[in-house]
Amino acid sequence: MKLTTTKRVAVGLLAAALPLSMAACTKGGSSSSGGAGGELTMWTHNAGNKAELAAITNIVNDYNKSQTKYKVKIQAFPQDSYNQSVVAAAASKKLPCILDIDGPNVPNWAWAGYLAPLDGLDAALSKYLPTVLGKWDNKTYSYGYYDVALVMVTRKTILDKYGIRVPTVDQPWTKDEFTAALKKIKASGDFANPLDIATSFTGEWWPYAYSPMLQSFGGDLINRDGYKTAEGSLNGPKAVEWATWFRSLVTDGLVPLKSGADPAKDFINGKSAILYNGTWTAVDTRKAFGKDTLFLPPPDLGNGPKIGGGSWQWGISQNCSDQAGALDYMKFAAQDKYVASVARDTNNIPATDAAAAQVKGYEKGGENQVFLDYAKKFAVLRPVTPGYPFIATEFTKTAQDILNGADPKTALDQAVKDIDANQKSNGYFQ
Amino acid sequence: MTTITAAENASAVTGRKREPVKGSRSSTTTALLMLLPAGILLITFLLIPIGLTFGLAFTNARLISPRPAEFIGVDNFVRLFADDTFWASLRNTIIFAAVIVPVQSACALGLALLVNVKMRGTNFFRTVYFLPVVTSMVVVSMLWLFMYQKNGLINQVLLKFGIDGPDWLGDPHTALLAIILMSAWQAMGFHMVIWLSGLQTIPGELYEAAELDGAGNWEKFRYVTWPGLRATRTFILITITISAFALFTQVNIMTQGGPLDSTSTVVLMAVRTGFQQQQTGYASAISLVFFVLVLAVTLVNRYVTRDKDAR
Repeated sequence: MKLTTTKRVAVGLLAAALPLSMAACTKGGSSSSGGAGGELTMWTHNAGNKAELAAITNIVNDYNKSQTKYKVKIQAFPQDSYNQSVVAAAASKKLPCILDIDGPNVPNWAWAGYLAPLDGLDAALSKYLPTVLGKWDNKTYSYGYYDVALVMVTRKTILDKYGIRVPTVDQPWTKDEFTAALKKIKASGDFANPLDIATSFTGEWWPYAYSPMLQSFGGDLINRDGYKTAEGSLNGPKAVEWATWFRSLVTDGLVPLKSGADPAKDFINGKSAILYNGTWTAVDTRKAFGKDTLFLPPPDLGNGPKIGGGSWQWGISQNCSDQAGALDYMKFAAQDKYVASVARDTNNIPATDAAAAQVKGYEKGGENQVFLDYAKKFAVLRPVTPGYPFIATEFTKTAQDILNGADPKTALDQAVKDIDANQKSNGYFQ
Repeated sequence: MTTITAAENASAVTGRKREPVKGSRSSTTTALLMLLPAGILLITFLLIPIGLTFGLAFTNARLISPRPAEFIGVDNFVRLFADDTFWASLRNTIIFAAVIVPVQSACALGLALLVNVKMRGTNFFRTVYFLPVVTSMVVVSMLWLFMYQKNGLINQVLLKFGIDGPDWLGDPHTALLAIILMSAWQAMGFHMVIWLSGLQTIPGELYEAAELDGAGNWEKFRYVTWPGLRATRTFILITITISAFALFTQVNIMTQGGPLDSTSTVVLMAVRTGFQQQQTGYASAISLVFFVLVLAVTLVNRYVTRDKDAR
């Protein structure tokens, strides 16, 4: 008797649960709307980045207060899943009105018709650094508040101790000088890692940080003349030379195969002598070592030092029901004071000179002036082709395989084959 | 309220199933009504996607593109079978399944036998063994990620015994093994509970009879327990096999398929191709191959188990 009662209750519960779960499904389906009733949805990748999210929230609050017609609503996503969320939303035509985009992905989304060009902002945007603007087919689709420079972070006392020259913008380390310096540090045994290149970072970090090294050798991700093939660029002798050198960093014990979860912390704790990282580490490292901290240009591996250009940028979507409203916000948010505030709070390079003057450290002769020099002198945009997201994943996997000991030529050849096939099957994105 | 009535009707149906069917029309209607929610869910989330996969696999459809998908015949499959990563993924998937099915089910059975003894404190151990199951796989993966590090917990323990442990997830030789061990640990509590339910359906008289016949512990297990677990065995075999083939979460979090494709799996490859590389058509082709693979294994499973049922 007892059993049957239990059974009845169980079946009843089950039967009640089913419609409930169905209801949950339908509710989940219609959660995001483009922009209705003056409300503009905004998506950002900043959920895990308090400082940047707060800076953006500030702009949005200012905007919402400045007028009554529109109301911008922020939805923050963690960076790891952001791109996939946007792509999924794009596929089901549920993109928000305003969204941020990692710079190199702009051509892809513009080509696919998901982004709308920023009309009427040309005058304001002409003052921005060219690397923070997302362009495709002669139209501007996005702008960013800041750029980031890649630097070799170390301490003056370390270099002095081992008799290593302090490189400058005009006279960076040569490849031999760089390797000799690392070997010297390694021989001393004072540091677990002579150099840490932050291999524990995932996603876009790999092409962002390591393709400039490839370019410094004289190779590239793809032949930028027409973006038709990577043959010769990604698997030519220069590229193979890069791959061999890249792997040798690990086999010679100069770089850990897998960095710790927080490479900057390892550097601050004296585990690594030199840290290859973005300028975002400047605050923490300066806090730890003060004036002793050095932010050096990356070495010249044959073709001059190179760093990645272009960071996160803002754009508006094509399927936004209120384009005028979205553009209105974009215009409002493009003011120099906002460029300054976002750059200041995220410790990045301000995108306009007027904003730079307002951010401490970027004024003439300021301690951060050198970052702006690097960005202006060494920055290379990642390939401006809608095929970039594919190239990025392909390069990431190939570079990881090479670092783990795959044959450089074979791995690069495979990447070239895949990239070429993808460019071709898309009709070269014409 | 209506759902409850329907549920009562349904339990009435099950209660009546051995009697000759009377008034079957109304019970058929009720049955169909009961089927409806599950039916709709299955059709929307299973049958339609599978149908789409079949179609898309023969096109060059992509996730983001203004160009319409074109029919390209079997190009996707030609490309797939020439892809080294695919063969590595297939090999890893099969190794994973081949190792984890016996290891996990044997460990789970062992645990079930241990917690099935009539002793104080068994409930405590049941809970402890079951804990990893209720913990999300993502959390478990993150924790083990730290434990598997070169200077992580596991290597520190090994060091106490004078063994210099490898970089478990960073070495192509140990990465897959590390994932297998961790997956078995996480899921075996679940199968322990199923074995346990099987063990408790075996009548105590059988053991008493066996004891009277002078059977030792091993004979009791071999001739009473093992045959008594036949139905449970089939169920466990099928569920572990299917979940083993769908290996994804652990790999996605811990190694992303690396180093050197040593932990790449078919599902991981399909997700990577479909989402990160935006090649919907190609990813569909991978999924289709995966579908055929699982179908084949299930058919073999069915054949093996049906053979035994007929006996």
